[in-house]
Amino acid sequence: MIKKLLELDGISKSYPGVIANSNISFDINIGEVHALLGENGAGKSTLVKIIYGLVKPDSGNLLLNGAPFKPGTPSEARQAGIAMVFQHFSLFEALTVAENISLGMDNPPNQKDLGEKIKSVSEAYGLPLDPAKTVGALSVGERQRVEIIRCLLQNPKLLVMDEPTSVLTPQEVDVLFKTLLKLKSEGTSILYISHKLEEIRKLCDTATILRLGKKVDTCTPKNTSTKKLAEMMVGSSIKAPKKINKPAGRILLKIENVCSLSKSQFGTPLTNITFDLKQGEILGIGGVAGNGQDELFAVLSGEQISQKGSISFNESNITKFTPNQRRKIGLLSAPEERLGHAAAPNMSLIENILITAEQSQDLVSNGFIDWEKSKAFAEKVIKEFDVRTPGSKNTAGSLSGGNLQKFVIGREILQYPNVFIVNQPTWGVDAAAASSIRQALLTLSESGAAILVISQDLDELLEISDRFAALNEGKLSQIKKTADLSFEQIGLMMGGAKDLEARNA
Amino acid sequence: MLKLEKRLQQSKKWIYLSPFLAVVITMISGGILFTILGENPFEAIRIIFWDPLFDPNFASYSRPQLLVKAGPLILIAIGLSFGFKAGVWNIGAEGQYIMGAIFGAGLALAFYPMESKLIFPLMIIAGALGGFLWGMIPAFLKAKLNANEILVSLMLVYVAESILASVSQGLLKNPDGYGFPGSRNLQKYESAANVEIISNSGMHWGVLFAFITVIFSYIVLTRHIQGFNIQLTGEAPRAAKFAGVNPTANIVFCLGISGALAGLAGMFEVAGPSGQITIEFNSGYGFTAIIVAFLGRLHPVGILLSGLLIALTYIGGELAQLMLGLPGASIQLFQGMLLFFLLATDLFANYRVKIGTN
Repeated sequence: MIKKLLELDGISKSYPGVIANSNISFDINIGEVHALLGENGAGKSTLVKIIYGLVKPDSGNLLLNGAPFKPGTPSEARQAGIAMVFQHFSLFEALTVAENISLGMDNPPNQKDLGEKIKSVSEAYGLPLDPAKTVGALSVGERQRVEIIRCLLQNPKLLVMDEPTSVLTPQEVDVLFKTLLKLKSEGTSILYISHKLEEIRKLCDTATILRLGKKVDTCTPKNTSTKKLAEMMVGSSIKAPKKINKPAGRILLKIENVCSLSKSQFGTPLTNITFDLKQGEILGIGGVAGNGQDELFAVLSGEQISQKGSISFNESNITKFTPNQRRKIGLLSAPEERLGHAAAPNMSLIENILITAEQSQDLVSNGFIDWEKSKAFAEKVIKEFDVRTPGSKNTAGSLSGGNLQKFVIGREILQYPNVFIVNQPTWGVDAAAASSIRQALLTLSESGAAILVISQDLDELLEISDRFAALNEGKLSQIKKTADLSFEQIGLMMGGAKDLEARNA
Repeated sequence: MLKLEKRLQQSKKWIYLSPFLAVVITMISGGILFTILGENPFEAIRIIFWDPLFDPNFASYSRPQLLVKAGPLILIAIGLSFGFKAGVWNIGAEGQYIMGAIFGAGLALAFYPMESKLIFPLMIIAGALGGFLWGMIPAFLKAKLNANEILVSLMLVYVAESILASVSQGLLKNPDGYGFPGSRNLQKYESAANVEIISNSGMHWGVLFAFITVIFSYIVLTRHIQGFNIQLTGEAPRAAKFAGVNPTANIVFCLGISGALAGLAGMFEVAGPSGQITIEFNSGYGFTAIIVAFLGRLHPVGILLSGLLIALTYIGGELAQLMLGLPGASIQLFQGMLLFFLLATDLFANYRVKIGTN
């Protein structure tokens, strides 16, 4: 008979203005990999925080091995055998692997014993790791291993993993899955949170699907099609963007040997970035976060001037152009961070129009702002990009992530750019909005614009880009036609395999 | 149990309501304070807020004083509001005020005893220039070395005070002053005197300038791209950089305009109500203007009203000292409480109070 490890019964939790979880019940069996599937904002994070003792539910009960379980703090949850690997790591870069792990333990042994223990556990589970290395020198995938081993040392009964593959290359994902399956065979239960359907079908025994804080369904993912899973997650069928293949035009933007130091201490400097961008094409730049994406965006948008190398538009040098000078020639950009970078949260949508559209829409004459014109343009963006808001006078911060992203992207696209640079166009956006944003990018490229999409969502890049390259430690891989690429090749490009790195003259 | 719940959007209603609530709470707390001091609270509040304007015995003297005190406060606070909106914290308006006065008076005394219609306009320019240059020191250090403008501008107040003490005993000392420190009285120098435009109203040229500045600032903030850029920089610095706002130009503009307006206020004061450069010429307008700016919600019209209110507490406080023998510090206490309660009631703009269990 299957034994239940953790039972959730009618869990509800609300925050001001949102119901994060509403009457959620499901069971996790012993030795089961249980997926928690849902879009951003579906309530997955709140639910696992309740299980891990970070958040107290408003109502509902948890049963662990049949006994009532009310973790008040994460350490209580750990003592009960629940361990969690967060999406964002909590590691000290200056300390070694062993030191970091001992900091997270309730009763750490001495460093030498711990080092040996780490070695034996890491070998047993196929996660090679040197306990004496400083964390600062590790790759993102290795850092995740530190977090996993920290959990495994507690011999957990339930391991909670929050979007573990979003920072991994396809090869690293394979290694992780092997580890998880080994744990499962030893009787450890795993609660696996993701919105990546293929992964869940490959790995998980059961999937609980959440939508808008409610449990929609529980199913066996292996017997359910990806399409069906997606529809359950989103609640309606989604129109996939249509891509028309057509030959690219002449080169619009040429980047040669661009190097740039990072503004932030933990950033990645760019080394010898060289590529060109043609009319009517979408170039996708993939890679694990923190490999120079933000720096590349800043150099192209003009917020950061590259120390070396040149950028030319239509064969004229624009290396030292400011963001506004670039806008004047039709080079527009949309940054990753919506609130605070692309838009000012406490300002109205009308005011937010002025941030980038001042010149192209002729919104200012003799220094005076034409508010009527700004309002008209804001309303045009709202209408054509289906931004759900009571009106253009509402603040940017009051919009949901997806709606604000549609506004930010629409603000640029409706200025009809010649070159459009966009960083993470659909990050944290619901599936319907993501699909409409991707369609808008495709439509823009069909009209002849050159588009550069920086994204960590491989599916997105494969769906819309004509050519693909990956950033790894500030270097750009060779650029390949997307249609010719296999997942394995992409993984190697993201991992910075030497033979795939661009040979720079 | 009371619970605070974050609002999705800032409440516009509470942004405008909280200054009024702060004034009411200040009056109540002040009343309690006066009761403890053994005074009738209602009488004390009446003497401070009512009598200066409406008591037949005092009004003829105090009513004009209202504009005399409010003029410099408004002028300085409007200048400060630009910087405060952009996140450039000029705390040293007092120093810029002193330097404006020294430059203005210095120019006048250089021409003494020549009479010309050009002298007063030149003094206006000199006064603004003095404050502007004093504001440029923290601006330059901030832009070039990223030095904290709060500390630099504040420290420069003490430098300016030392310069004030030095010139009133040296460079600008009245040669006919029997050796006493202090300059000639500019009110007695016709070409340099900042006279009342309407007699017995308190309305001198500086007050007129303050009113013009209110209108100017209103237009810049609501209609002009420079005003928009300032607000954008304060709201979201990264978005401002993305929008192409030059951070250095922004710092220079904010410290420049607040310095120039504080300098103007100092010049009008030394040529008018004060009349001469003395060691104790400055009376804290530059610091009080910070309260005026915040109490007025950094909004030009709000600053106009809060400037008048704070001016009233000055006059009413003096009256209370005279009538009730209250200590002089009680006015500062009043002004301090106003800012304190304003900051406290601001909470309601971002949070709503929920009464409930749990």
